[in-house]
Amino acid sequence: MSDADGSGGGADEGPGRLLLSEVLRDQMIAHCLTAYPEEGCGLLIGPLGAGEVSRCVPTANMAASGRLYTVDPRAHLRADREAEADGLAVVGVFHSHTHTDAYPSPTDVDQAPDPDWHYVLVSLRDELASVRSYRIVGGEIAEEPIFEERPLGEPVPRPGR
Amino acid sequence: MLDVPDGGAVPVEVRLPTLLRPAAGGQAIVPVEADTVGGALRTLQEAYPGLSGQLLTDEGELHRFVNVYLDDDDVRYLDGLDTKVGPDSVLTILPAVAGGA
Repeated sequence: MSDADGSGGGADEGPGRLLLSEVLRDQMIAHCLTAYPEEGCGLLIGPLGAGEVSRCVPTANMAASGRLYTVDPRAHLRADREAEADGLAVVGVFHSHTHTDAYPSPTDVDQAPDPDWHYVLVSLRDELASVRSYRIVGGEIAEEPIFEERPLGEPVPRPGR
Repeated sequence: MLDVPDGGAVPVEVRLPTLLRPAAGGQAIVPVEADTVGGALRTLQEAYPGLSGQLLTDEGELHRFVNVYLDDDDVRYLDGLDTKVGPDSVLTILPAVAGGA
């Protein structure tokens, strides 16, 4: 896992939080409930390096399992192209844990491909779903807070940037 | 330009995911000449040694952590690395996104 060396777009630390609207959060939970008892999964689309989700793309879980997930590769290609056409990128992935915490499992960490991605976990273990977000860099898990809106006091990108 | 060991090589566009661009000098799209998907990936790795081990295993198989698409199709559902490429082919490389509970 090498860090992007200023070659453009490498998010590295980013803003240290994830902006995720209630609507998108609920869309992820709904998709995961539909997939239940299998794990549900999908991709997160947003501006590169902004720590912000503009939309979610639920995908089929090709592993069709309650213990594993594999994002449908063709849906990934489509989502990637559509994101690029909109000046956005795939910036992360969400998936559900049906019987465990909203915390990355060893398998999740082993297969986490990108230190710049946001890894959102949806736990359906309890009555109320819980949603949390992590960065996984070189096998190290770091939780990041999720905000529905940009916190007041945080610098705001200029419109059109 | 890049060395072309096989006959019938044609220009192919290879699109890299953000994660692999630093290893290719920051490029998102790398032109190579190849006649198969495997040939294109090998040529790419020879040109950018930083990509070695990211695309192909030591045994020369497609790494399980990446998906490679010829135009719209996952090459694993075509002829894999032996899939022939044409002069206007676009190869897209994306990370395979997977995990578990």
